[in-house]
Amino acid sequence: MRIELVKRKEHSHLMTVLSPLLAVVLTLLTAALLFALAGKDPMIGLYKFFVEPLFDSWSLQELLVKATPLVLIAAGLLLCYLSNNWNIGAEGQFVFGAICGSFVPILFPDFQTVFTLPLMLFFGILGGAAWALIPALLKVRFSTNEILSSLMLVYVANLLLDYLVRGPWRDPEGYNFPESRMFSDAAIMPSIGLGRLTIAAPITIVVIVALAILLSRTLKGFEIRVMGESPRAGEFAGFSRGRLTLFVFAISGGLAGLAGTMEVSGSLNQLLPVISPGYGFTAIIVAFLGRLNPFGILIAGFVLALSYIGGEAVQSSVGISDKISDVIQGMLLFYVLACDTLILYKPRLVRSRRVGTREA
Amino acid sequence: MGRKVLQKWQDLDDKAAGARGTGQLSDVKTMSAAGADGAGIDRSAGTPLLEAFGLTKRFGDILANESVDLRINQGEIHALLGENGAGKSTLVKSFYGSLEPDSGEIFWLGKRVRIDNPSEARRLGIGMVFQHFSLFEALTVVENIALALPKPGPMGELARRIRTISEDYGLPLNPDDVVADLPVGIRQRIEIIRCLLQEPRLIIMDEPTSVLTPQEADRLFVTLQRLASEGCAVLYISHRLEEVQRICHHATILRHGRKVAECDPSLETAGSLARMMVGAEVAHVSARDTAPATGPVRLRLTGLSASALTPFATALSGIDLEVHGGEVVAIAGVAGNGQGELFDVISGEREVPSAMIQLDDMPCGHRSITWRRQKSAAFVPEERLGHGSVPGLELSGNVTLTRHSTGDGLIATLGLLSRQAAHALEKKIKGTYDVRMSHDNPEARSLSGGNLQKFVVGRELDRNPGILVINQPTWGVDAGAAALIRQALIDLARSGSAVLVISQDLDEIFEVADRIAVISRGMLSRAEPVAEMTRERIGLLMAGGAEDESARQATSRTGAGGAA
Repeated sequence: MRIELVKRKEHSHLMTVLSPLLAVVLTLLTAALLFALAGKDPMIGLYKFFVEPLFDSWSLQELLVKATPLVLIAAGLLLCYLSNNWNIGAEGQFVFGAICGSFVPILFPDFQTVFTLPLMLFFGILGGAAWALIPALLKVRFSTNEILSSLMLVYVANLLLDYLVRGPWRDPEGYNFPESRMFSDAAIMPSIGLGRLTIAAPITIVVIVALAILLSRTLKGFEIRVMGESPRAGEFAGFSRGRLTLFVFAISGGLAGLAGTMEVSGSLNQLLPVISPGYGFTAIIVAFLGRLNPFGILIAGFVLALSYIGGEAVQSSVGISDKISDVIQGMLLFYVLACDTLILYKPRLVRSRRVGTREA
Repeated sequence: MGRKVLQKWQDLDDKAAGARGTGQLSDVKTMSAAGADGAGIDRSAGTPLLEAFGLTKRFGDILANESVDLRINQGEIHALLGENGAGKSTLVKSFYGSLEPDSGEIFWLGKRVRIDNPSEARRLGIGMVFQHFSLFEALTVVENIALALPKPGPMGELARRIRTISEDYGLPLNPDDVVADLPVGIRQRIEIIRCLLQEPRLIIMDEPTSVLTPQEADRLFVTLQRLASEGCAVLYISHRLEEVQRICHHATILRHGRKVAECDPSLETAGSLARMMVGAEVAHVSARDTAPATGPVRLRLTGLSASALTPFATALSGIDLEVHGGEVVAIAGVAGNGQGELFDVISGEREVPSAMIQLDDMPCGHRSITWRRQKSAAFVPEERLGHGSVPGLELSGNVTLTRHSTGDGLIATLGLLSRQAAHALEKKIKGTYDVRMSHDNPEARSLSGGNLQKFVVGRELDRNPGILVINQPTWGVDAGAAALIRQALIDLARSGSAVLVISQDLDEIFEVADRIAVISRGMLSRAEPVAEMTRERIGLLMAGGAEDESARQATSRTGAGGAA
């Protein structure tokens, strides 16, 4: 017996929907196996990881808080990946955007008006976009591999943040802790309800809707899809590969920068040496699990946010390291990419037989 | 262990040397001297080399082959004819082991065989020369061949064998040449020699002459006849009926996946063969019913030069050309002599200094393709899938691809795309140009080559462009569709447009052109009226004469074109 992959004439609409679901199921099975190998009851592990957080109002709210930056970053990455630009450095754009957004409340703590927050968000977007434009320009001008350059800039941004909060931007009244001063109220995202939920969530929804319209109804969206699939045909259509690369990187970096600024302003209220649990990297998984579709990533954002919360949950209740989240996220991406093969290929079981001639 | 392997190589080489060096070869020589078409062999006698019964292959809803029978005798050049999508490739792939038929039987020398994969096919003695070559351009001839052989042996020895066999068969090759420097005709030789090195009993050739000058094709025919006289059979796929009549002993004709006829092509006419393929009378292109009314110059190239962008591209050098409204000018040439590069600069996919290109007297060398389209120019590239269309995009999206900014109402208010308008246009093109599809608005990749070509050409013709530049208008398109497209090109020109056709198919060029120019090594000969051009003259120009015509500077790149 062997399995053959037969190319389909057109892509399968059914598999486009089914493939991420299949990937989630495979991830659950593997996770169960991991729990079992660690000597824990797999059913309890899975329950604590994936189910229990959904029935608790605190963790549901936390789910939204964590899903917001993931979805926002993935929204930008979506444009990059659809157009065949491999921006892997959203984490760095997130961090650099946060730095740029935070200089207002940190360096000008007395500037407290209604303009403070909009100005921060503006600088956050600008910073993230600028950081993303570095690999984009290198790619357009020198054909540099953007995967490497964008990824390496993540570490530069992280070290810059580290330097700032330990050095020039350290809180003068902070007992030498590596932290910036706390933001004034004017620099903090207005919250919704009583918990940690802020207006970041509705902003994200607006961005997603705008993105969906851009992609499906405008010439720019058409350009992005065409360039991603067939750059030669795209140039034949009159689109410029270089300009598009700059465009998608700028948008993607801008959204990551916005997410970074909203995260420090809404959740942390100050700059710390580490401000992200890897949102920029996890968002890559969100983008792919969400089928590179704006509404798909909305759902995928929750799935991945759950993996963060579930990791904390199993650590406290089952006694498994919360690093299990990283493992599960990685497996998820692996399975999604593997299952995507089924969109263009049909598996077929072939009876095994000896290779060679046989006489009748 | 190493010694064992070495020994094996040695054995293999000895065997090869023995087979070539002794009696067999001298027999062959006398035989080919006796008659070029192998008169010494009674092909119908004895066991057939390959017989197939009831081969059926289904792809989804489509029956690509339906109960096809085929019989190839030893030493026979057997033509496989059929329109695009008739199932020729599927059938051939079943013989070469790259596809597995759903049912049916294949007999090789009277024994039932199962050909599971190409290496099994090669082991039986079936070789294949593909239409698209699979050569590494940066490697030498001998390196490329070594990569394809299961046991290449020492390189020096292999190079020697390549030299001997290639000269022996009249297709000389220098084993140390780098493939990138070689013209397409020579690259094909590499594929053929690679095939011959494995001592096949049957060689399958898929449209071998589509990349050759007439002189190169003649040379190939001699080789094929020589092979046949040695008892090696050739399964020959071609669209060129005149060729088939000339060299093939027998023909099997497929239509819609079924075998519809078998014949001796030399007893048929090109017309009767075409009728068998299409199943109906093929419309004749009526070109010269009206004399070309030469209107104003609509497309003018002046001293057009462009450097080669990659080591494997061709530089364009000092090209001058004027195309008037009302006429069709054709550019002939062997593939890889700068046709693609010329297309790219005329279309605007690549920028050149402004004055080099004029559309309706507007200098536009630096303008975008969109700007040129808005000035009523239209372009059809050679590669229909991936250049002329996006494979994964439905056809209506592919309408938007080239017509988004040409005032066809595809962009509605607020800059939003109008899907209805694109869909309506797609339906119109489909109707006018008879594009057949399995369901409404499919992805471009699901269309057969000929149907996609009709769509890609129709998409531009539908605009009624003032200037049309089209590269390989009917490449790999069946006779019926080709006639439709050629007629449309002529009609467009007669309505006052300037039409520039770039083609490697001389039959096509003589059918549509009012004037003919030849491109060779990135240089263009003067365009001359079709009445003053002969095939021989074009052949000479193709093979490198184009640049001698005028005292032009030699380009930086050499090597392309000089096939003979």
